[in-house]
Amino acid sequence: MGRYVLRRLLQMIPVFIGTTFLIFVMVHALGDPVNALFGDRAPDPAVAAQIRAQYNLNDPLWQQYLLYMGRLFKWDFGTTFSGQTVTSQLAAAYPTTLKLTAVAFTIEVVVGIGLGLLSGLRRGRIADNSVLILTLVVISIPTFVTGYVLQYLVGVKWGILPATVGFDVTFQSLILPGIVLASVSLAYVARLTRTTVAENSRADYVRTAVAKGLPRRRVVINHLLRNSLIPVVTFLGTDLGALMGGALVTERIFNIHGVGYTLYQGIVRQSSNTVVGFVTILVIVFLAANLLVDLLYAVLDPRIRYA
Amino acid sequence: MRAAKIRWAIVAVTSVALAATGCSSSKSSGGSSSGGVVRAWWGDPQNPLEPANTNEVNGATVMNNIFAGLVQYDPKTSAASNANADSITSSDQQNWTVKLKPGWKFSDGTTVTAKSYVDAWNYGALSTNKQIDASFFAYVQGYNDVAPATGSPTAQTMSGLKVVDDNTFTVALTQKFSTWPQTLGYNAYYPLPAAFFSDHAGYLNKPIGNGPYMVQSYTRSQQMQLVPNPDYSGANKPKNGGITLTVYTDPNAAYSDLQSGALDVDNTLSTTALKTLAGGASGGRFLNTPAGIIQTISFPLYQANWNTENAKLVRQGISMAIDRPTITKTIFTNTRTPATDWTSPVLGDSGGYKAGLCGDLCTYNPTKAKQLIQQGGGIPGGQLTISYNADGGHKDWVDATCNSINQALGNNNACVGNPIGTFADFRNQVTSQKMTGAFRTGWQMDYPLIQDFMQPVYTVGGSSNDSHYNNPAFDSQVNTANAEPDQAKSVADFQTAEKMLVTDVPAIPLWYQNGTVAWSNHVNNVTLDPFSIPVYWQITTS
Repeated sequence: MGRYVLRRLLQMIPVFIGTTFLIFVMVHALGDPVNALFGDRAPDPAVAAQIRAQYNLNDPLWQQYLLYMGRLFKWDFGTTFSGQTVTSQLAAAYPTTLKLTAVAFTIEVVVGIGLGLLSGLRRGRIADNSVLILTLVVISIPTFVTGYVLQYLVGVKWGILPATVGFDVTFQSLILPGIVLASVSLAYVARLTRTTVAENSRADYVRTAVAKGLPRRRVVINHLLRNSLIPVVTFLGTDLGALMGGALVTERIFNIHGVGYTLYQGIVRQSSNTVVGFVTILVIVFLAANLLVDLLYAVLDPRIRYA
Repeated sequence: MRAAKIRWAIVAVTSVALAATGCSSSKSSGGSSSGGVVRAWWGDPQNPLEPANTNEVNGATVMNNIFAGLVQYDPKTSAASNANADSITSSDQQNWTVKLKPGWKFSDGTTVTAKSYVDAWNYGALSTNKQIDASFFAYVQGYNDVAPATGSPTAQTMSGLKVVDDNTFTVALTQKFSTWPQTLGYNAYYPLPAAFFSDHAGYLNKPIGNGPYMVQSYTRSQQMQLVPNPDYSGANKPKNGGITLTVYTDPNAAYSDLQSGALDVDNTLSTTALKTLAGGASGGRFLNTPAGIIQTISFPLYQANWNTENAKLVRQGISMAIDRPTITKTIFTNTRTPATDWTSPVLGDSGGYKAGLCGDLCTYNPTKAKQLIQQGGGIPGGQLTISYNADGGHKDWVDATCNSINQALGNNNACVGNPIGTFADFRNQVTSQKMTGAFRTGWQMDYPLIQDFMQPVYTVGGSSNDSHYNNPAFDSQVNTANAEPDQAKSVADFQTAEKMLVTDVPAIPLWYQNGTVAWSNHVNNVTLDPFSIPVYWQITTS
């Protein structure tokens, strides 16, 4: 087990270097960002030269990358063109996104698995069919439509919840974006759970458990659900990373200054420091979530062993 | 029984969620505009918040509220009047003496002196300080020593600036410039307190100025709270308890907040919002008024085939082939006004705006257009491309403009739009003279003067002469206008120069951009200044 974890951690190093280098190259492929700072005016050559020197924009790309990585190991993520350190951007954006992710993930797990279990146990009945139709509707509507419609109805028209999140991030204001962010994944979780629950409910061990006279609740939760959760956990694991990075649409609609939005701003302003810094952290989150998922398999199914 | 269990589970989950909601609802009551604070839309400034490092609207919003310059502009008429300056005088239009009103203070309690200005200007011009607006000091003698085009600065300060006493300093310019005092309301010319130089990082976290407001708190990229500055000595005393500027990720998010009452002043409105507001949904709390911005299409006159006498006729023809009124109405919901000169209506007639100066050139006339283009030997290269940056929402109007040109010429391939990925890349190609066809250009004035619409944009070496227009007669006319001490005569001289653009057409005027703002019923007296920034100090709360 310990050796397995170590091996997985070592594998992360090349993945990490590869992804950051790719992002670095891609951001630089967008062109020289200095011109945009001067608006509709031609840059003053003296000032432009000084700015290029400050951000090493005159060096060859590989050299810029090495310089950047060198600083990264000293926990120096560089500064943006607006003079803000990327570490302070990270410190501002990640807690917000973590809160949003936590809300969305909780909704996703509780409601998704709940609905999946409900419909898997009552296959072919009204409850099952309504869950199937509901999830199909959610999957087929783009997030920004759900987002704007819910924002308008709940936030603006009825005034039940705040329409946007804004500067003071409260739990209350995160419910609406949490639902929007969770909705699509929630539908997948429900459908995935439904299928495996339906399949396993006919398995021998479930029949044995029922025949033994175990209470219904123990059969469903300890035997049926535990075995059915492996594919769901795989999905949830990768989704955790996706939720953190992919909240862009939701974050824009609900005015959340989180990872997705800051990353978007970084791309628009061609601030390679911001983009690479945020992606670096995201890569680590993804890798860690994947490792966690793999380790969770053993918890769910003791037959799975790691060497 | 099964169903009962599940139902129980759902009830339990819901009630936990509701309980949690109930708990936190008490602390999220930052909703009302109590204490007379105005909650306003804001965008994240592009550059650090230093006066000479600000050239876009979000940074300028802060600068103009926390600073008072030598002169200020009337929000309605654009006329310049002295603010911190007592007098700015010259006998030869080149060597100026600036006298300050004594006793003005920065919000940290230190006094504003002549040195505050001279130090700030020297800081802004020195190239190693990397200030975006450094070129604004190019008129001051000694600028080339502190910001040489190549190599390191040979001096730390400009020889043209001299402190005479606490309240007086002199400025020697490199050329005669009669309207120079009226340019001094621009944010690059604001004074700086000693704290700026002694604790620069601290300053950037909480800028200190001498204006009507002072910064109470600032969380980068998110929110800034401004409160009235008790040490402010000028005339623009705030009529509200302060301004909370909140950065919004998206215009629609801001509009939702405006509708739900969580925002008071919203001056970034999406097209959808504009359509609703123009339809009367605002209850009169909406303003759509010209700003000092003109949009144009420029031609690469550095390309041989665009720089011929025949190409001049083609350029005139293209201008006449554009149906400006229809495009501004359908694409821009009337938030643009068809242009009939190369300046802006905010200058007013006395400031140099002259409706109709452009004449036939700016009037839609497909027959004449086709005739002129044919007479000029057709479009150079056979097809007109209009380049634009794809990240700025220009596609719709470029396509509509091309469509208008195509219809006039009866040829579906006469004009095509050419998107370029990012604004940075687009500006790179423009400034490094890589354009082969027409391209979009826009000019937002720095100060409300006709000089600012002519000199930087159309004179040789002008900082925004993207078409590389080179007409010695135009340049000498601009010099004449700058040397003319009489304001009215100077404006007339500039207009004489402007008339040369009608025949030469280095750029086609398209439309003047409007500023738009909508506000909640918590506030009154919302207006926009000529730079399309809300006049915050005038806003009252109810």
